[in-house]
Amino acid sequence: MTNVTPATSDDEPILSLRGISKQFGAIEALSNVSLDIYPGEVVAIVGDNGAGKSTLVKVLAGVHPATSGTITYRGDEVSLANPTDARDLGIATVFQDLALCDNLDVVSNLFLGRELGTRALDEVEMEQQTWALLRQLSAKIPSVRTPVAGLSGGQRQTVAIARSLIGNPSIVVLDEPTAALGVAQTAEVLNLIEHLRERGHGIVLVSHNMADVQAVADRVVVLRLGRNNGDFAVADVTYEDIIAAITGATDNAVSRRAGLTGATFTRIKEGLSS
Amino acid sequence: MSTSATQPPTNNSPAVELPPASGLAESWAGFRSRVSGGDLGAIPVVVGLALIWTVFQILNPTFLSSANLVNLAMQSAALGTIALGVVLVLLLAQIDLSVGSLSGLAAAILAVTFTQLNWPLPFAILAALAAGALFGWFYGFLLTRFGVPSFVITLAGLLGVLGLQLWVLGKLGSINIPFDSWIVQFAQLMFLPAWLSYLLVALASLAYVGTHLSLANRRIRAGLLPESRTAILLRGGLMLVALLLGTWYLNTDRGIGLMFLLFVVLVMAVNFALKRTRWGRSIYAIGGNVEAARRAGIRVDRVYISVFMVSAMLATLGGVLAASRLAAANQSSGGGDTNLTAIAAAVIGGASLFGGRGSAWSALLGIVVIQSISSGLTLLSLDSSVRYMVTGAVLLLAVIIDSMSRRSRALHGRF
Repeated sequence: MTNVTPATSDDEPILSLRGISKQFGAIEALSNVSLDIYPGEVVAIVGDNGAGKSTLVKVLAGVHPATSGTITYRGDEVSLANPTDARDLGIATVFQDLALCDNLDVVSNLFLGRELGTRALDEVEMEQQTWALLRQLSAKIPSVRTPVAGLSGGQRQTVAIARSLIGNPSIVVLDEPTAALGVAQTAEVLNLIEHLRERGHGIVLVSHNMADVQAVADRVVVLRLGRNNGDFAVADVTYEDIIAAITGATDNAVSRRAGLTGATFTRIKEGLSS
Repeated sequence: MSTSATQPPTNNSPAVELPPASGLAESWAGFRSRVSGGDLGAIPVVVGLALIWTVFQILNPTFLSSANLVNLAMQSAALGTIALGVVLVLLLAQIDLSVGSLSGLAAAILAVTFTQLNWPLPFAILAALAAGALFGWFYGFLLTRFGVPSFVITLAGLLGVLGLQLWVLGKLGSINIPFDSWIVQFAQLMFLPAWLSYLLVALASLAYVGTHLSLANRRIRAGLLPESRTAILLRGGLMLVALLLGTWYLNTDRGIGLMFLLFVVLVMAVNFALKRTRWGRSIYAIGGNVEAARRAGIRVDRVYISVFMVSAMLATLGGVLAASRLAAANQSSGGGDTNLTAIAAAVIGGASLFGGRGSAWSALLGIVVIQSISSGLTLLSLDSSVRYMVTGAVLLLAVIIDSMSRRSRALHGRF
């Protein structure tokens, strides 16, 4: 198993999760999971069904607070008890179902819940900012005044991602952004993710699709059965290595021991960066 | 109409498939594409209304006489106000079945406090509205706190409020409101002076053109594609001519009743609240996708409660207007078909039962359709059996059109 330090390891992480566990009754969905998110870096979270990816996303979004573990934001310990906490910290989440209002147009969806204007809505200002944002992302949306139901899957994904950027978050969490998309639309979304990285956001990409992960991610964090099972730099790792970590083919003494002692993540990293 | 296709001149993205300018032709093209995509807007109800008017005029030449149209307008005001509240609730994909009972309760409260307790009229009206606000809050509270479907809550409300109405009326059962009180005068006899009606029409058209032109200028300054000036002026001119003609025709009889004017002003106010405020935007968002609205940070519970309150207050205001027009409150105030007529008016006018679609104007258009049918059949000396059947058929037609256009939108990838 080739464990390597993140490419940007000399930066401070924006957000660090340590020893995160999440229990639903008797079921332990996450057990002692650690994750670092750096600015200007795409970290992919991969794993088999039931590995805990979605639960981790919900912990980050504040939808399901972690049962135990610590979360530090730029060095300060914080709690993510509800979605507002996450938003206030600058963690924006694009859920798999996108959560768009189909009957509203692009502008309304982008600014939903934080419309501009003192008394009446300032549609002109909102539309101007929408176009500016879509241009920055080189997004291809024919009209910002048609209901979003009239857009293609990729365009809807674009709108959902653009919406997450309103309020300039430091971290963008994308849950399976390409799962329901065709080839061309997937390429569009991957370009978008690279744009976000250039803008300096820390990006968490949850995905099933190894091709997508290898195309845009800088680092891959593998979850298996609710535990960390590897942290790779994409440049230094092969497809087979990742698959092995996902399926547990590397379920060897090292990872077993690490899972038990609970200090794997930091230890492995320290060992390799020295 | 041409606001739908906008794109800043500076955007040179190759995927853009927009016409370069926003002239009249573009407005028309956008309109046609929306209609063929199933976004019918107010077209079915306007076409239906034209059809109804033509048929009744052929059957009875007094139907479109100015005297009858003046009456039609006055009859529409009270029920239309109730329907306006129903539109708000429907936009949230909820329902309020108790609007009829609420209007009856309001009539009873008005009559009892004014004539029996000798309260000043404004306090009597406020008491009626406060009862509406209270019940609206209670419905919203039950819905948001316990998750009881609004259908059931308001069904219980229908019975409970009716009982309260009978209790308030007491043994008398029927109370007359003095004819010389201003609320009765307002509802029966007060009409706009001719000069004032023309002035208001001119001001309304000017305001329309003025706001749209200044918006177009703002959009140009902001680098956005503006609405075509020709289109704005043309629409403003058409609006002026149509309103002037209508006003002139009504003025050949008694003119525009103040109560009808109040209704139109209410519709415009609700329209503004829906289209131009955060509250209105939240209502459409919740009607479209409540989970998305919640995740976007909208306080969904507050919106539900406030909408039920506003809707119930509009229902009680409608009840006050109806009692004033009748100059009496009795045990059957707000009973019978009031409830379902108000809901039918909202749906016929284009408010979708599925939530998130419709506008304040739905209430106006819908109630005019229903009252036209009622008035036309009365002129033909047909009794209420036929009226109920015809209104039922029209409601069915409206719901079918709603469902079909929804399916067509889905087919064309629109909501």
